[in-house]
Amino acid sequence: MAIRVKDYTNKQSPLSPGHRLCPGCGAPTAVHQGLMAVDSPLVVVNATGCLEVSTTVYPFSAWRVPWIHTAFENAGAGVSGVEAAYVALKKRGKISEDIKFVTFGGDGGTYDIGLQSLSGALERGHDFTYICYNNQGYMNTGAQRSSATPRGTNATTSPAGSVVPGKLQKAKDLTAIAAAHNIPYVAQTSLYNMTDVAEKVKRAVETPGPAFVNILVPCVLFWGIDPALQQDICKQAVETRFWPVYEVVNGEWKLTYKPRKRVPVEEFLKPQGRYRHLFKGEEGAKMLQQAQADIENDWVKLLQRCGETWTPEE
Amino acid sequence: MSRREIISGNWAFAEAMRQINPDVVAAYPITPSTDIPMKFSEFVADGKVDTNFVTVESEHSAITACVTAAAAGARVMTASSANGVGLMHEIFPIAGFFRSPIVFGLVNRSLGAPINIHCDHSDSMGERDAGWIHLYCEDAQEAYDTAVMAVRLAEHDNILTPVFVCQDGFITSHGFEPVEMLDDETVKRFVGERNARYPLLDVKNPVTYGSFASTEYYFEIKRQQVEAMENALKLYDGVAREYEAVSGRYYPMLDAYRTEDAEFVVVVMSSAAGVVKDVVDELRDKGVKAGCLRIRMFRPFPFDGVAKALSHAKAIAVLDRSLSLGGTAPVVSEVRSALYRASALIPVQSYVFGLGGRDFFPQNARDIFTDLEKGQIVGEERYIGLLE
Repeated sequence: MAIRVKDYTNKQSPLSPGHRLCPGCGAPTAVHQGLMAVDSPLVVVNATGCLEVSTTVYPFSAWRVPWIHTAFENAGAGVSGVEAAYVALKKRGKISEDIKFVTFGGDGGTYDIGLQSLSGALERGHDFTYICYNNQGYMNTGAQRSSATPRGTNATTSPAGSVVPGKLQKAKDLTAIAAAHNIPYVAQTSLYNMTDVAEKVKRAVETPGPAFVNILVPCVLFWGIDPALQQDICKQAVETRFWPVYEVVNGEWKLTYKPRKRVPVEEFLKPQGRYRHLFKGEEGAKMLQQAQADIENDWVKLLQRCGETWTPEE
Repeated sequence: MSRREIISGNWAFAEAMRQINPDVVAAYPITPSTDIPMKFSEFVADGKVDTNFVTVESEHSAITACVTAAAAGARVMTASSANGVGLMHEIFPIAGFFRSPIVFGLVNRSLGAPINIHCDHSDSMGERDAGWIHLYCEDAQEAYDTAVMAVRLAEHDNILTPVFVCQDGFITSHGFEPVEMLDDETVKRFVGERNARYPLLDVKNPVTYGSFASTEYYFEIKRQQVEAMENALKLYDGVAREYEAVSGRYYPMLDAYRTEDAEFVVVVMSSAAGVVKDVVDELRDKGVKAGCLRIRMFRPFPFDGVAKALSHAKAIAVLDRSLSLGGTAPVVSEVRSALYRASALIPVQSYVFGLGGRDFFPQNARDIFTDLEKGQIVGEERYIGLLE
């Protein structure tokens, strides 16, 4: 489903300018790019988080489409209720439009506190798309670790200290957990090129039934990067295979991009303030080795799932 | 044609749901309200309703889906009890603020721990400040009638507030008694159709629900909910009278039983009122001016009505089926407040009874009236039927 960006350059984003998210924040980019190629009328459900608080500061709203937020851990249930009402009212002839439902949650609202609610909604088969804008930690409360935070990260509840080198645990593989619900469409992507997010979200939205898209996005404050490097840092995440991009369509795993070369993980970690401590001393070097080993292990598993081989250029 | 059947309180509520045929029901089973979603799912399976029944994975998701479905423009109902109600706690004020007209069958059960499946009012009393209307029913008939009436109350343009229809767990919910039900067409006509003013699903007129309101706005928004409660107090009787016109049954917000000239009044809610009323009759036969005031509407609290109904009393007993640990039990606290507002400084004795389903017998009621007659009014709360 290749799309052409120029076909959408005049299309208004459902999220207007003037919201209060930080310059360089990946969340609004995920919304703009994700919904760029969606043509149907939309209703957006939002979990509590940066995207929610910063786009709806009363009495203003940056949303040009119907939007609802109730709480943090329940976006899955929230979209279930809206979609259930839609199905009921449509059946009773009170609604004529074909409406699509898109939910946004950060990794806190999705990987952690909202996982049960999301799992329930996926299992019940509501027709909706859940988009996790994953910046790998709790940013709305100030850069705490989440279960999406990678091993070795310096976060405010897993700080890199003189004894403990940041977060010790590996990130949860939520995309695989979503896929294990046997839903028709699951994808993982990042803001690494202009069309991948748009194509995947379009496909997710147009697929009947539940769909889940996990988008790696930077938080400039937590990641400690130059706001101008949003796309570059996402590119490095994909090129280093730290964040592979793929789809699971009706249970079939498919890599959507294979890096040509073997790029060491340092290329992704080095520009980020949250990994500065890994580039000092023996302990840091060990953590870097571990990070590379994690990538290689996960990559082998992913290649197997996708029935692929990989021969990088030397 | 109305019909009369021997059914339980839960079934009575479920029957009302069948006749209301809401757009969406999202519910999660918990004792003793489980029969409500179970019975309702049979109606769905047999095509007796065309409701979209969402079998959520928790009570938290149940109430969330109810709130968002109501925002979407749907008519919504659900049911729960005890710890299920506790799990929903976070979302209740959101439902109140969203002005979601949800009708909620709350089957009262003690809030654990210790875990106990039987009746007291600790679950609903924990939600008394959430911005919901609270109606407490004495029996299955009243649970049925109140469910139907509550739709109109919740969806009234000047109220637009969710309603708890409370009945006592097991005592009412599982007790079988004759219940007279209206015919389907009458209920359908009485509840009409919901016409939401700002439905989320109106994609041509997009609205934002649940935005971030800072210090400059929060207070005013909460004050508007106060106004909705005041309106509910004013408009309740109109709905109750309309219901009387179709059913022949009238349910005032306060059920004052032989209180007109009563010197000794027991104030109580829900099923225990039946026991008290029996004892009132017994004492009246002996010449004692006894009365019972059953508070049916606890939120908004009818302060003036309570003060008026108690104005002739020499002594008052207030029975609470829940505790406020380290404080004053909820019903007595409001009754004292009502009397104080009316400058009626009548002695009030507080009793706590029935926790965890402890039975309440006629002899307990007789003993309470004896306390009042003898003027045995103490500052501390007394406990009825305590074994230690």
